[in-house]
Amino acid sequence: MTQTLDQIFVLAKHWLLGFLPAAIQPFCSALLSVVAIILVFATLFAITTWLERKGLGRMQNRLGPNRVGPCGLLQPLADGIKSLTKEDIVPAAADHAVHFMAPVLLVAASFLGYAVLPIGRNMVLTNLNAGVLYFFAVGSLMELAVFMAGWSSRSKYSLLGAMRAIAQMISYEVPLVLASIVVILHTGSLSTVAIVDRQAVYTGIWPHWFVFTPWGLAGFVLFMVAATAESNRSPFDLPEGESEIIAGYYIEYSGFKFALFFLGEYIGMFATSAMAITLFLGGWAAPFSFLTWVPSYLWFFAKLLAIISAFIWVRGTLPRLRMDQLMNLAWQFMLPMTLINLLAAGVWQFMPAGVARWPVCAAIVAVPFLLLARGLKQKRKFQLRTYRFSQ
Amino acid sequence: MTASFTILAAITVAGMAAAMGLRNAVHCVLALTVGFAGIAALYLQLGAQFVGFTQVLVYVGAVAILAVFAIMMTQSRPSATPAPRAPLWAAGGAVAAAVFAVLAWAIHSNALSVQALPPQPEAAPSATVQQIGDALMHRFVLPLEIVGLLLTAALIGAVVIAMGRREEMK
Amino acid sequence: MNPLQGYLLLSALLFSIGLAGALLRRNAILVLIGIELMLNAANLNFIAFWRYGPVPAALTGIMFTIFSIAVAAAEAAVGLAIILAAYRHSRTTDLDRMDSLKG
Repeated sequence: MTQTLDQIFVLAKHWLLGFLPAAIQPFCSALLSVVAIILVFATLFAITTWLERKGLGRMQNRLGPNRVGPCGLLQPLADGIKSLTKEDIVPAAADHAVHFMAPVLLVAASFLGYAVLPIGRNMVLTNLNAGVLYFFAVGSLMELAVFMAGWSSRSKYSLLGAMRAIAQMISYEVPLVLASIVVILHTGSLSTVAIVDRQAVYTGIWPHWFVFTPWGLAGFVLFMVAATAESNRSPFDLPEGESEIIAGYYIEYSGFKFALFFLGEYIGMFATSAMAITLFLGGWAAPFSFLTWVPSYLWFFAKLLAIISAFIWVRGTLPRLRMDQLMNLAWQFMLPMTLINLLAAGVWQFMPAGVARWPVCAAIVAVPFLLLARGLKQKRKFQLRTYRFSQ
Repeated sequence: MTASFTILAAITVAGMAAAMGLRNAVHCVLALTVGFAGIAALYLQLGAQFVGFTQVLVYVGAVAILAVFAIMMTQSRPSATPAPRAPLWAAGGAVAAAVFAVLAWAIHSNALSVQALPPQPEAAPSATVQQIGDALMHRFVLPLEIVGLLLTAALIGAVVIAMGRREEMK
Repeated sequence: MNPLQGYLLLSALLFSIGLAGALLRRNAILVLIGIELMLNAANLNFIAFWRYGPVPAALTGIMFTIFSIAVAAAEAAVGLAIILAAYRHSRTTDLDRMDSLKG
């Protein structure tokens, strides 16, 4: 029974495919999976916008949306209808073809990554041999879409926003990839399915998630910081800093195209969060061995919602960084720490299994962390700020 | 000569030709990314998954972005780049056409003894990440280290060259 | 036609396009892009020869392409940095106007 419940979507797909001639079955199988992924994550996007507005409202001591539907639950629907019926304004000087293609490419690129993310047991679109590499490769397409949006609008604000966004995304892609390499080092595979399978085993009741190792914990924290910056979320939301450059690269977009940017950004955030879950939090694996009867996809979405809530919490808590602080964090702190973490993972790999490697690896990560944090803190002296451009 | 190869080849050639022919430099780079993606798809079709994804990661994700950044920094106005002068156009085109003609003749006339190759199985030979990693760590470990050194040198060199001297930055 | 010949012809065509671009364009960045294109055409050849060659198990074509991509990335970074430095000096990226030897 639990088996059937766990595999219910896989079985349903096979049952549906049984009605079709064998020649078009592979094509229809892929199509069904793609449609399911798009529908599920678009719904999750709608829920998340509601959750975010509600949560931020509560943190800022107000109610949030509460007019449409019970508890404002139908607010995303109202927003969708509003953005669909608004006039689509394209600046006269804009490069029309590129201006049109940018949001389409952004949404397409953000959905491409889901092809390798295992949502549940046997629930993955393709089990690519180089799955993690594929994920980061299609992630880099988003930078191009951001550039197209910023450049084609012919507006200095959007161009500045695009430049900031690309500089930020490129800088944080390095620690993002380096932080995930520790997992690949340990599993010896780039396939996401193999990575999750390695974590879905238990000692006693405890799972073998990588986040429960010294290098895994450090890697997870670094990955999440880099993922926050990669998806342009607060406190790293400089590309769309309202007080500085209004809305960044999508300032000249209106109506449905603006909604597409919004969608693409959230879908990209879900994808990186799902990658963090796959790499460090055991993917669809249950947190305790006695809970394995709960269907695997429920665990995946529970973890995803937990990470999304953490994102909202961080957004409600931290102020925005300055551009130089952002770059310094990436190159002076994140990059050395990921490299040290890589060393810790290597030591873990070659030390005999036992209790001894826990303190050793923890020390390899923690001591440089403390030294680096102290060194960077000492360098930062308070001094009189001069405002060169505003005088 | 399958249909997928024809389509991919057409996309690649169209993207690359547009990249070399369009007036606006940014349009050129955007067309170029189409061509790079087409080449990556051809790699996938040939069964080289790892190389295909690396191609997207490096060329679309890094080189193209670098190129548009350079264009942004060197062109204050979005002006069209000047077209080449007519005699130059003819001479350069003739050279390129001659190179293509020679290469095509060589390929067609079996000067490269292509036909002498053994008959191939339809399935692509396997090149899993595991195999590539093993090869990189054993047979090709020295080139790998040298490439690492080269990339570090290039990274530092590019930063030093592009940053300029301190006095100039004001 | 042999499938290998198809790939070789495509690669030759791409190489010629890149060569034409490198010879004809006057913007230094586009010339660099043309050179990248020629490198890509050569890489396609390596992968095609690996796929249809006599010993695909040796992975030589794949290795060559991986190293070539790495070197090409370094080349693009240094090349663009040089173009930026030259631009700062002469305020142009038009190769026809970068004609003074005196600094």
